[in-house]
Amino acid sequence: MILGLGLIGWLTARARAARFDRGGRKRLHSLPAQHGWYVGMWTILPPLLFLAIWSAVSPSLVRQTVLQSPAAAGLSDFAFERDSVLAQARAIAEDPFAGDGDPLAQQLAPVVGATRTRYAWIGSAAAILLAFAGGAFAISRIRPDFRARSKVERTLMMGLLVASLIAIFTTLGIFVSLFWESTRFFEQVPITQFLFGTHWSPQVIDAKNPGASLGAVPLFWGTFFIGAVIAMLVAIPFGLMSAVYLTQYASATTRRWMKPTLEMLAGVPTVVYGYFAALTVAPAVRKLAVLLGDPFASSESALAAGLVMGVMIIPFVSSMADDSLAAVPTAMRDGSLAMGATTSETISRVLVPAALPGVVAGVLLAVSRAIGETMIVVMAASGAATITLNPLQSATTVTKQIVDLLTGEAEFDSPKTLAAFALGLTLFIITLLLNIVALRVVKKYREAYD
Amino acid sequence: MTALSPAPHKMSARGVSVFYGDKQAVKDVSIDVDMDKVTAFIGPSGCGKSTFLRTFNRMNDTIASARVTGEITLDGADIYADDMDVVQLRARVGMVFQKPNPFPKSIFENVAYGPRIHGLAASKSDLEAIVERSLKRAGLWEEVKDRLSDSGTALSGGQQQRLCIARAIAVDPEVILMDEPASALDPIATAKIEELIHELRGRYAIVIVTHNMQQAARVSQRTAFFHLGQLVEYGETDNLFTAPREERTKDYITGRYG
Repeated sequence: MILGLGLIGWLTARARAARFDRGGRKRLHSLPAQHGWYVGMWTILPPLLFLAIWSAVSPSLVRQTVLQSPAAAGLSDFAFERDSVLAQARAIAEDPFAGDGDPLAQQLAPVVGATRTRYAWIGSAAAILLAFAGGAFAISRIRPDFRARSKVERTLMMGLLVASLIAIFTTLGIFVSLFWESTRFFEQVPITQFLFGTHWSPQVIDAKNPGASLGAVPLFWGTFFIGAVIAMLVAIPFGLMSAVYLTQYASATTRRWMKPTLEMLAGVPTVVYGYFAALTVAPAVRKLAVLLGDPFASSESALAAGLVMGVMIIPFVSSMADDSLAAVPTAMRDGSLAMGATTSETISRVLVPAALPGVVAGVLLAVSRAIGETMIVVMAASGAATITLNPLQSATTVTKQIVDLLTGEAEFDSPKTLAAFALGLTLFIITLLLNIVALRVVKKYREAYD
Repeated sequence: MTALSPAPHKMSARGVSVFYGDKQAVKDVSIDVDMDKVTAFIGPSGCGKSTFLRTFNRMNDTIASARVTGEITLDGADIYADDMDVVQLRARVGMVFQKPNPFPKSIFENVAYGPRIHGLAASKSDLEAIVERSLKRAGLWEEVKDRLSDSGTALSGGQQQRLCIARAIAVDPEVILMDEPASALDPIATAKIEELIHELRGRYAIVIVTHNMQQAARVSQRTAFFHLGQLVEYGETDNLFTAPREERTKDYITGRYG
């Protein structure tokens, strides 16, 4: 409806502006179509904005009106009870066969329905009125020398700005909500107990002292061990070597197909890596453990999860290393070769040291990706929170525990559930710091060769 | 060519052509380079002088599409022969590039790079002696002796280029190739490099590519003029600049083109 009005406004304005164009001796400042856009925007944007606000405000208006109606006289004074009856009434209003519920709700339902319809009509009428008003205002401003071009430009710019701010505000919002829930957790469990406690068993929580079984150190250790040690032992050498091969040795043709293939690894859904870890790698690791003399080896091991995670991370390390190796000036390479160094001497003594900051940044980004990874550990690692150096033993990670805590059946404000938020917050802060450090390293390094 | 001396030449090129894919950048060039002389290659941009210079230490090998034909000898041995080790060759024929390219390492490590690779120093004190000697020969010692552990890239452009020269002479080469070594430097730094070339003459055979004719006249004893991939004229620098035999040379040095 409003879009239609907008289109009409657009057409009218363009026609009007075009008439100026033909009749006047003065040239139009802006193209007819830009006048059209100007009017169209004035017709569409204000009512849309109004509707957005209206849809947020109207439910509470409906509520107020319903509560004041005579049918609501019998409602309980208790907020909780009242709300539940109202919710039932709302459900019945939407779907008359929805509930057998409370007789009071049945009674209220028509009132709710009618009030809602009324407010919906009011909202729509106001929106259409706004559309007309905006359109008329904009049309009245069309003159040959009217600078519609710059106005449209500015509006577009604002639109783009809003689009980019949404991502930032979402991040902020996530952080705030995590932070909020975490403070609730830390009201019940002291932060030191959570951060430094070494015993983690959320299944058995002592109500008097919940912190005693919510010490997150085993989780941090498991996360670090799987994500930053085992995975990196796979990802760093393979990623770096493939980057060196691709930039220094591979012919242009090889590089053309090999680089995209390698980067495809980054596009494989992590669930698929999860299958691979659980069904292929984990049993193989278990066989190895049995061979090494542990007949009771679990099929869920830190090694299996870490290995597959490392493979998943290879493209990150390799493409960052690739970029930073390629950014080392050719003059550097030539200088070394002209000294009589071989290609491999040149790589190990000049190119890799020169590219090191970029490589380090790539590794940091890869680590932050690895410790945030969930699917692989959910499928291949176990829930047993142990602090161990033995990669064949099972270990668990922060992400895996968050999944376990939130999928269990527990009230929303128990320490057990809230612990998930505290874990999430910790993880968020750690990856954020890693990313910041990595970006700073990259920036500093880029400046060196400009 | 009357200018060539009868004594055995340090390096000789005979009928050398260089191709980039199908394009011929250097056409059938023959030239001799002698120990106690500075030889300058001049000519307009794109005339093939730098490409030709890079055939002397086989740096064209690093460009996949480049192909070299003809013969180049160092002390009579063909440097493109199968048994010629390119690592050994480049230790004997050093190179300094147009843009100073010190490694992102300390000043000391920059100079020590070659001796380390070629195993020239038996001990740490040996290595320190080589570094000091090279920096002294490159006229940089006084300026950097107190900050050898600073990064080579933190030096000024002129100092960086002298550091690159020190790096090249640290492996005690016989020939030094310089590819427009002063074109990225200011006049004062350029004067220092030219002075340095004077001092290095006699100890090394020096070949310098330059697009600056005054520079060629100042630093070289022999000059070769290249145009469109061909060697137009080669002779004593004084003769070439005062009495060029070829019309094209005359046009170029009088500023008619280039």
